[in-house]
Amino acid sequence: MEKMKVLIGMASCGIAAGASKVYDKIYALKESEKLDFELVKTGCIGMCFREPLVEIIEDGNSFLYGEIDEKKAVEIFEKHIKLSEPIKEYVVKTDLFETKDDTFWKGQVKIALRNCGVIDPESISDYETQNGYNAIKKILNENISQETVIQSIIDSGLRGRGGGGFSTGMKWKFAFNNKSDEKYIICNADEGDPGAFMDRSVLEGDPHAVLEGMTIAAYAIGGTEGVIYCRAEYPLAIIRLNIALAQAREKGYLGKNIYGKQGFNFDIHVKEGAGAFVCGEETALMASIEGERGMPRRRPPFPAASGLWKKPTNINNVETFANVPSIILNGANSYNIYGTEKSKGTKVFALTGKINRGGLVEVPMGITINDVIFKLGGGIQDNKKFKAVQLGGPSGGCIPEHLTDTIVDYDSVTATGAIMGSGGMVVMDETTCMVDMARFFLDFTQKESCGKCTFCRIGTKRMLEILTRITEGEGREGDIEMLEELSVQIKDNSLCGLGQTAPNPVLTTIKYFRNEYEAHIHSKKCPAHGCKKLLTYTVVEDKCTGCTVCAKNCPVNAITGERKQKHLINQETCIKCGVCFNKCKFEAIKLS
Amino acid sequence: MRIKRIAIENDANIIQTPIDINKLEPVIEKYKNKKGNLIPILQATQNIYGFVPKTALEYISQKTGLQLSDMFGVATFYAQFRLNPVGKHIIKVCHGTACHVQNANIITDSLMEVLKVKDGETTPDNLFTLESVACLGCCSLAPVMMIDNETFGKLSGKSSVNIVKEIQLKEKN
Repeated sequence: MEKMKVLIGMASCGIAAGASKVYDKIYALKESEKLDFELVKTGCIGMCFREPLVEIIEDGNSFLYGEIDEKKAVEIFEKHIKLSEPIKEYVVKTDLFETKDDTFWKGQVKIALRNCGVIDPESISDYETQNGYNAIKKILNENISQETVIQSIIDSGLRGRGGGGFSTGMKWKFAFNNKSDEKYIICNADEGDPGAFMDRSVLEGDPHAVLEGMTIAAYAIGGTEGVIYCRAEYPLAIIRLNIALAQAREKGYLGKNIYGKQGFNFDIHVKEGAGAFVCGEETALMASIEGERGMPRRRPPFPAASGLWKKPTNINNVETFANVPSIILNGANSYNIYGTEKSKGTKVFALTGKINRGGLVEVPMGITINDVIFKLGGGIQDNKKFKAVQLGGPSGGCIPEHLTDTIVDYDSVTATGAIMGSGGMVVMDETTCMVDMARFFLDFTQKESCGKCTFCRIGTKRMLEILTRITEGEGREGDIEMLEELSVQIKDNSLCGLGQTAPNPVLTTIKYFRNEYEAHIHSKKCPAHGCKKLLTYTVVEDKCTGCTVCAKNCPVNAITGERKQKHLINQETCIKCGVCFNKCKFEAIKLS
Repeated sequence: MRIKRIAIENDANIIQTPIDINKLEPVIEKYKNKKGNLIPILQATQNIYGFVPKTALEYISQKTGLQLSDMFGVATFYAQFRLNPVGKHIIKVCHGTACHVQNANIITDSLMEVLKVKDGETTPDNLFTLESVACLGCCSLAPVMMIDNETFGKLSGKSSVNIVKEIQLKEKN
């Protein structure tokens, strides 16, 4: 009989939700009772909405427990770990019986995330037991030619998962065709889109898959040195990458004469980003690795011809690399059976916002957005009404309710005015103001614009000023038209993707929610009650019972009043958070 | 735009604090004459002092031959680098999309009100620096903030204030 295995989801967000305490508790109990079972720290299991997660595997049966705190951990230890009696009411997933969250998993296909939440990311042998490094071994053992490897990637239909959507195999082919004794492989792990954490999850949960993907790319194009450009905001990912790198070197998967292949020399190091969104753009990223300001430059020459240190360079994103070993090992057909005609395979999405089941999902291309949000995601929080979903971060757009039957596919999403992007899906309900959303994204791109191109530098600033004015009730006749005009100019006159896509959030919200803009401008009202300057909270005197709930919950002590006396909101200190409005049981807070 | 900060950071605003310059030696030793070393040097400097002191920039420039203007340009371009000292605890309030949708503004507003500082400022007792950051990648726990290396999720204005007050109390004792 196999040993019982207890896995604890310990990616950044699991830890933030309290997984470390749960781990420590179970570890302490294991030690004090001297029980023999395997206790593993694993990566992101995906069900972020039920974090912290504990999975117990015994005799081939898996039980995933959700929302586990220290108290529940003790219970699970006493009953399940010691006596093999699963506690049904805490189980959120198992093959043995149905749970209410089962629809979260239906329709998911895990390729890039195949090992996330399954293995211990800090153990190379765990990765090896899941066919890890077998793809590179297969290539070297069977002497598969570089051209054949590249052709497999082309045939798989894999396209850049960072958002660009360019054929990965073609990119490799260009880099292969440029002759040089030094070539670079860069992994773009500068996941900057706010509201996206796919790459972080892969790096924290399965770092070796990325290393193997990069090594295969190095083999295919003749790469000699690899760089992973990782956000400094992801400290855990950097730690785990460095552990993985040391292990891979020790085992001979990196270094000189890899896996015995004479002349195949390749090593990778991690480069910490310093916090600049524009560095997600490949030419800016390379400038940053070279120690300069991360400013994009003109293309051509493309990186495949002249990239890092002017050498041929191939840049792919984390998720793209994570897919590569599986494609090589199982064949291009194992990947391209999923998806649509032009978008093959699977895509990882980070589901967030006002959704019931926020988390990490991997779905085949071609699934409808509706299915992702309502079937997998379980619909909208607090039974509110769905308004829109934001795809593609600051470069993307908002897709309204009537277009949610759009399928997940590069071209279909682009047709709505949004972009596929790296995979952030932020769901918004009726209380989200779309003008404020547009302002939020413009505020972001305006701050992140590197300042090289005039239209991006000044244009985004002017657009932000107009949007801020509108959300503060100072909108003017002609503002919408001015926004549209500026958008076109910025798109046409910017060098890199940041500027070319910066107006997208504004254009899509104007296109689908023009009435909200008009309400702000003409009647100085925010229909979603989201714009603070247009709101006032006051106490309805004859309804207030003096229960003090509002005063207790006010974060800034703006509400005064004795128990059983009428309360009063001080408008000067009020930050309009709406807590009083939501907490009052007597409808005694008026919103106007 | 990123360069905007150069205009703000004029000499008068950069606080001069005496620093132990010798601590820089190993950093200079490690990175001297290596290509692409500028950002790692600045990162290492900030790790030592908590910020990038002006005197350190001058010293590194002397020792390595890196241009002061290049160093200043890079230090002001990237959000990571600070030219002024920071408080003992750094509060990073996430303003990513998911957090914004879940009302992250309330967290910053509440903390500004309680700590009596503006976004980006340090409290007079040097205990806290309040910052807004783009995304901490814990979107499913939105709204989120990070104090030093610990992340706090599913916050409300009240709970964020309580967390900060607890630290204040601990520091007093």
